Amino acid sequence: MEKNKIKQNCKVVIIGGSAGSLQALLQILPFLRQPISYAVVIVVHRKSSDEQTLEDLITLKSKVEVKQVEDKVRLLPGFIYIAPSNYHLLFEKGETLSLDTSEKINYSRPSIDVSFESAAEIYGSNLVGILLSGSNSDGTAGLIAIKEAGGTIIVQNPLSADMSFMPKNAVINAKPHYILDAPEILEFLQDLN
Amino acid sequence: MIEDIELETLINDVYEYYGFDFGSYSRASLKRRVYRVYQLDGFKHFHDFLSRVRTDAEYCRRMIDEITVNVTEMFRDPSFYLTLRKEILPLLGTKPFIRIWHAGCSTGEEVYSMAILLYEAGLLHKSLLYATDVNASVLETAKSGIFPLRMIKDYADNYRDSGGQEDFSNYYIANYGYAKFNQNLAEKMVYSQHNLVSDTSFNEFDLILCRNVLIYFDNNLQKRVVKLFDDSLAVLGFLALGTKETIKYSISQSKYKQFDKEKIWRKIK
Repeated sequence: MEKNKIKQNCKVVIIGGSAGSLQALLQILPFLRQPISYAVVIVVHRKSSDEQTLEDLITLKSKVEVKQVEDKVRLLPGFIYIAPSNYHLLFEKGETLSLDTSEKINYSRPSIDVSFESAAEIYGSNLVGILLSGSNSDGTAGLIAIKEAGGTIIVQNPLSADMSFMPKNAVINAKPHYILDAPEILEFLQDLN
Repeated sequence: MIEDIELETLINDVYEYYGFDFGSYSRASLKRRVYRVYQLDGFKHFHDFLSRVRTDAEYCRRMIDEITVNVTEMFRDPSFYLTLRKEILPLLGTKPFIRIWHAGCSTGEEVYSMAILLYEAGLLHKSLLYATDVNASVLETAKSGIFPLRMIKDYADNYRDSGGQEDFSNYYIANYGYAKFNQNLAEKMVYSQHNLVSDTSFNEFDLILCRNVLIYFDNNLQKRVVKLFDDSLAVLGFLALGTKETIKYSISQSKYKQFDKEKIWRKIK
């Protein structure tokens, strides 16, 4: 994969994770230099009753502004978007996000696969998909969809992930372009700008 | 996945042959839903699926029932129900008669949640709960008041978080993996089929709940539906939407006042 090409094209970076991913996110998001030339979308599993804690934490820690995700919100470069708990997050044409309360996928809502597949359809080669720590198989099918649509896929190194099952499953089945530790993912994102 | 052009052809055909208009549904979700039925029913080629829909009205009905999202739960977002309980019901309670509309009620879990709140506030006897959905089969489930028992523990937690102080198990009888809710809760419910896309206002209400339905519609249709609610809402009545929905882009803000942080608006003129 040629990094320069990814750099020119990248409109959206979508990051998925489950158990143990918060730790990785906190090694990445607070250190992102402003402004970023792409949008960051975060899809992590959490309790359905957790309405705002993750948003508040990332808002507090990150220099890049966190935009509240509501139905049909515009997806703009330069901001971080976090999938709300208990909804699937989808991508529409015309750079908007939409929400869906349909059945859980991989026991999860939001499901990483659902958001990754939807983002892949809209953004194709303009998309970078990153899968972090977790102990569930969600995310692998989504990474494959991103790769097939021409996007770039990165998986957190299972050895440095808090929970290795999810990244390991992705490494084996999705054959990512890059396998990186959290600090290297940060570096990758800084270079995208 | 299916192609964009295939989805648009399906939308056109369903409208032309049967009059159901999905043209203003959000595409990302609709596409997933259609693909789900397509796979579920074992189709290999889209044209086979399309011709089945065209020629078999009953199958088309099934497809529509399957593509509309029917996931719901009791006391979803407990803080919303806490606000209803503490702030909204005392205001409605001053009226001689309370008319409530659950628009897009699905299998009825929210309607039973509301009936429990009204019962505990001593208001159920003077209330009427109209509950409508575009999908006829979910209305049958709703009428029965029978829900899977495996969900009840979550519902009991939600109930408690919404300020409920009774023993939740007083409200149902458990049997064969199902919970049947008490008949007295259902006595004030009226179920009927209603399509927000094409049907008009049918009564005036003091509270309209339409939670997580507008997310499936595009902005234009959202505007039309909010107008329909406005036409159906008494002055000083309340409109309640899902936690990620808003009327901000759909109707003049001078007409409505948002209640606290919750997605509840009061019609002020």
